[in-house]
Amino acid sequence: MKKSILLAGVGGQGVITAANIIANAALIEGHKVITSELHGMAQRGGDVKCAVRIGNVYSPIIPPQTADAIISLEPMEALRNLNVVSKKGVVITDINPIYPPLTSIGIGEYPSLNDIFEKIEKHCRLVKINADEVAKKAGSILTKNIVMIGSFYALDIFPLERKSIIQSISQNIKKEYVDMNIKAFEIGEKEIK
Amino acid sequence: MKLLEENKKAILLGNEAIARGALEAGVDFATTYPGTPASEISDSLSMVARYMNKIGIDVPFYFEYSTNEKVALEMAASAAISGLRAITSMKHVGMNVASDAFMTYAYVGCKGGHVIVTGDDPSCHSSQNEQDNRQYARFANLPMLEPSNPEEAKEMTIEAFKISEELEIPVLLRTTTRVAHMRGVVELKKLNMEKKKGKFVKGDYVTVPEIARKLHPVLIKKMEKAKEMAEKNKFNYIEDFGGNYGIITSGAAYNYVKEAIDDLDIKTKLFKIGFSHPLPEKKIADFLRNVEKVIIVEELEPIMENEIKIIARNNNIDIKIYGKGFGKFGRIYEYNPDIVYSTLSDFFGIEYGVKEIKINAAPRPPILCPGCPHRATYYAVKKVAPPDTIYPTDIGCYTLGVLPPYKTADFLLCMGSSAGSAGGFSKATGKKVIAFIGDSTFFHAGLPALINAIHHNHNFTLAILDNSTTAMTGHQPHPGNSIDGMGNEAVAINIASIVKGIGVKHVEVVNPYNLKATQDAFKRALEYDGLSVVIAKAPCILLDLKRRRKKITFEIDQDKCTKCNVCINDFACPAFYRDGDKIKINESLCTGCGFCVQVCPEKAIRRKK
Repeated sequence: MKKSILLAGVGGQGVITAANIIANAALIEGHKVITSELHGMAQRGGDVKCAVRIGNVYSPIIPPQTADAIISLEPMEALRNLNVVSKKGVVITDINPIYPPLTSIGIGEYPSLNDIFEKIEKHCRLVKINADEVAKKAGSILTKNIVMIGSFYALDIFPLERKSIIQSISQNIKKEYVDMNIKAFEIGEKEIK
Repeated sequence: MKLLEENKKAILLGNEAIARGALEAGVDFATTYPGTPASEISDSLSMVARYMNKIGIDVPFYFEYSTNEKVALEMAASAAISGLRAITSMKHVGMNVASDAFMTYAYVGCKGGHVIVTGDDPSCHSSQNEQDNRQYARFANLPMLEPSNPEEAKEMTIEAFKISEELEIPVLLRTTTRVAHMRGVVELKKLNMEKKKGKFVKGDYVTVPEIARKLHPVLIKKMEKAKEMAEKNKFNYIEDFGGNYGIITSGAAYNYVKEAIDDLDIKTKLFKIGFSHPLPEKKIADFLRNVEKVIIVEELEPIMENEIKIIARNNNIDIKIYGKGFGKFGRIYEYNPDIVYSTLSDFFGIEYGVKEIKINAAPRPPILCPGCPHRATYYAVKKVAPPDTIYPTDIGCYTLGVLPPYKTADFLLCMGSSAGSAGGFSKATGKKVIAFIGDSTFFHAGLPALINAIHHNHNFTLAILDNSTTAMTGHQPHPGNSIDGMGNEAVAINIASIVKGIGVKHVEVVNPYNLKATQDAFKRALEYDGLSVVIAKAPCILLDLKRRRKKITFEIDQDKCTKCNVCINDFACPAFYRDGDKIKINESLCTGCGFCVQVCPEKAIRRKK
């Protein structure tokens, strides 16, 4: 068995934390799990991606078009990584663009949301979540990464138990914010159901 | 704390696993200069030391963030020659800095095990080059181990200590970014936290020519023994997946090969090299004799390939050996599953093809954070410097000044090269030169260059961007801080005093968030005939935010805003964005530094109540 997901977003959104939560949930269930991340250079603002793979896996980079899902906290970042996801896979993404500052001085152009979604849908299944709104309902926009985990979990494509993810959230988030994040997970789940 | 638990499984970063390996091996001495992708090795050890210190346990090892890699290596070498176990970690280019000590250290050797970790960075993810430090093992003639995943990283660290002690020479442990920054499940075994005292027994350690000539053949002998050890080492092993062809691989590339064998159902014999210098000649020759053809899968330089070709020749083995130049295998950038899958499918005659989807997403390079004091300094400099000013820069977050709209970075070689090259530009061109260097980089390699400049009466301005930390690699302390990497009190070195002390006449310290004052300071520095230094001193905004309780943000008074776009086009703080025909401030990005209030010509920016 091999299962791979790619988490994507912009520096500061909690992509790596989200990946660690899923990976840790897999460890709780006794899976072999690996993740990859890149850091260094400036801490914020750059694109971030992090793979989580379980089963008979060795490579921290997901082989092209084999991922079961992309979980993206920003729509253009979902598009940027589209080559990683299988045609049978799913892209679940937030719909609120974060424009790279360089685009406002004419370097690169942010594609229209329609184009982004069309391109993704031509390749595989697309699920859109207004995670900013949901996160605010949970109490803070900073819970956006956990909202996305909730919605992803509800899609039922990754072999993990709900209670392992909840346990992993409480182990990976600062104590005072655990309740808020579990709430974010639950509201995220309801967005799909 | 995860790194202090025992008898369980945990997910560790490759670098954390190396730190854990050192703790299980009973490390006594750990030194470093931080650098991606090696920083978390020492950050983990620093965290353990600070944690034990805080709860009042005697820390069983000494740890320090040294001023630079050479000092780090020298510190640890003296501990190791005194019989203690030592680890020194650095990024690949750090080895260049340490190399003067390193090359002769190979002759002198050690008594306690000494593991030197080099974090290589194929594809230059966060580096100025992608040099292959396997060459250093050959250059100095020292053993090298190369892990492929966190579990191996931990076990090989422990093994490296043993090899080092048996041979009495330091051992290199080489990772690459994809191994250092991969997380995986690691078994946490028993820690060895006994505190030991070193004992220095005087011997032939003074490398005057007579002794150096005596020591070199000793090293050669040790390495002959190392070769025998490599023949039997458990990290050099063969897996048989059938067929008559062979693959020889190591490090990160092994991971892609292993999955390709599985996914593409490849029938092959696979030789995984973990103890990679010296190569196990007999074992490789036997492997070659048992295959019809072989392909070497290694990133960057054809080092194993060339050595294996020599082994084949010396053993009269006449088979084709493929590697660089075959399929997508080249000497540049890191390998990945796509490169390895498609090249191996060519080699084994298997159908493989993924049709790539064409994507046009706008680039999102890393940028200076909202509220970064470096942006404020650059803004002031651009206001007063002549357009043809030359800007040598250095290694740190501020290198990002290379991006528009600032473009305050014209030349960069390595740590300290701003101060070193500035005098050259000034002498060669006669133009105004402003060189930028960070505080940690200044201590690391800027100081000798500045001494050269003042001694030779060079004419340029050195801007020292002092944000009180080694920001880019994760906020490690440096000699300017009053707390060290173990959490102990340290002597904070005052940069202004150093600069004045070596004789720089024109020195000013400014707060970069004060635009007028900073502009004036640079104006005076540029007018000064000779060497001038401006120290722009303000803490890294990320540290400042951690300390601050209440979040302050700013907003734009839309009635006053004339859409002149200065805030977006010239200042370019990422918190500003266009919303239709309005310009707004993204509240969640704004850090409340307030510098933009001074930038806005219409006085349209105000603090949000």
